[in-house]
Formats: sequence, C-alpha cells, structure tokens
Amino acid sequence: MTIDWTAFTPWSALAGGAMIGLASALLLVLNGRIAGISGILGGLITRTPGETGWRAAFLIGLLLGPTIWALFQALPPIRIEAGYPLLIAAGLLVGIGTRYGSGCTSGHGVCGLSRLSPRSLVATLVFMGGGFATVFVVRHLLGV
Amino acid sequence: MNKSMISAFAAGLIFGLGLLVSGMANPEKVLGFLDLFGNWDPSLALVMAGAIGVGLPFFHLAKGREKAVFGSQIQVPVCRTIDRPLVLGSLLFGIGWGLAGFCPGPAVVATGAGEIKAVVFTAAMLAGMGLFTAFSRPAATRAAT
Repeated sequence: MTIDWTAFTPWSALAGGAMIGLASALLLVLNGRIAGISGILGGLITRTPGETGWRAAFLIGLLLGPTIWALFQALPPIRIEAGYPLLIAAGLLVGIGTRYGSGCTSGHGVCGLSRLSPRSLVATLVFMGGGFATVFVVRHLLGV
Repeated sequence: MNKSMISAFAAGLIFGLGLLVSGMANPEKVLGFLDLFGNWDPSLALVMAGAIGVGLPFFHLAKGREKAVFGSQIQVPVCRTIDRPLVLGSLLFGIGWGLAGFCPGPAVVATGAGEIKAVVFTAAMLAGMGLFTAFSRPAATRAAT
C-alpha cells in the first residue's frame, strides 16, 4: 500500500462530509427520519402509505443538486470507467444487496454509525471490506 | 407542499451538494479509496469522519425523544440482531460498489448531472431493489400473518 498524496483532498472531503452529516441531522431533527438513500429509494418502490411525500421530496433535492451547483460553477469531474455490462451487474448487486442488508453508505455508514448502532458498524465493515476486496481482485489479480 | 416536504427537499439538496463537494459523486475517486492495496487515496475516510462528526451530536440529541420538530414520530431502526441478511446483503453491496465505484446516493447525484452511465447504473440498481421486493414480499407476508 502506498498513499496517493496527489489525489488526497482532505479539506473538500471533510467539508463535503460535514454537509452530508448536516443533511442527515436535518432530516432526523425536522422530519424524524433516517437519510438512508437505499431505504428512501426502496421505500418509493414499495410505497408505504404516508411515507412517499418526504421520500420523493428528498430524492428530488438529491437529483437537483448538480443543476443548482451548475448555476454557480462548473460541475466537478464525474469519471465512470466501468463499461455498460459491468455497470448493470454492479447496479443489480448494489440494489439487491442494500435492500437485503437494510442499508448503504448513508443509512448504515453515516446515520447508523452516528447512532452508534452495532448492526450498522458490522454492515459498514462488511461492505467496506467487500469493496476493498473487489478492487483488489479486479485491479491487482485480474489486472483490469 | 407542507413544511416537512420542504425540509426533506432541503436535506436531499444539501446531501447531494455534499456528495459533489466531497468527491464521492465521482466513481474514479471512490475506486481510488477502495484501492487500499494499490495507490490509496484516503480522502473518503475523511468524508465519513466529517459526516459522523456533525451527525453524532444530533443523533445523540434525538435519542429518547419521541417527536421531531415538525411533529412526526422519530423513526429509527430498532432491530439489533446481527443476522445473515445484514452480512450477506452488505457483502453483495460492497462487491457491486467495488465493481463500478457507485453507491446509491452518488449514483442518483450523477444521474442528476446527466451522466448516461450513471442513469444505466441507477436503472439496474432500481431493478435490483424491485427484484428484491418482489421475491421477499411472500416471506414478509408470511412473517406478518
């Protein structure tokens, strides 16, 4: 392991992270709900009565982020290397996995760890480990 | 449109802008973080640290309270068992995350930015969620009756 200091962006990472934490805190304190993106998307699919409005509103806010950003300055780079078959396979895995595991990076990683939930700590360690292992296999064993 | 819709919209917007600021909306950067055994970019650990650092006091504050500011019941998960679905689901998610560099939030934000590849990923992710719902519903119904 070497550290890629040229790619390291500590200040924007901390600032962006603080904004994500603030957004999660707002939704909790004002609406009493967990800002878990996979839960919000999954909940829109199953349509729990009385829970659709806030979920749709949150999702629209999330989708409009880049548009609002672009009013003031150019969007930061979004580079997606994966080809379409890989994107579809990855998307299916993320969709099924986050519903089966009851959460993703936001619900378990941010909200769950902020609540000091042991379940979320386990989930976060497992999906981080899965991500590290997958990139290791793809980049260093298969050499893609 | 009521207050709780506006606050949910604002939370979603700030969340999305935070993903853009932090670099998490960029799969290339996410994969740089997940490449622990290569040339590692530790930035995203600081995204988590920043988010939890801000979130922690608020979640602590909400603990033991029943109602949110806008009147609805505070709903946080109560399940505490570490079971197979939690571990297996998280593992599948981690593998998918490592393959493309997208988790759900960034995929939605990159879709909002008009990235066609993000649209395809998000469509597949929603299909995966729909498949899960379709196949798990009979079991859930059994458990409920």
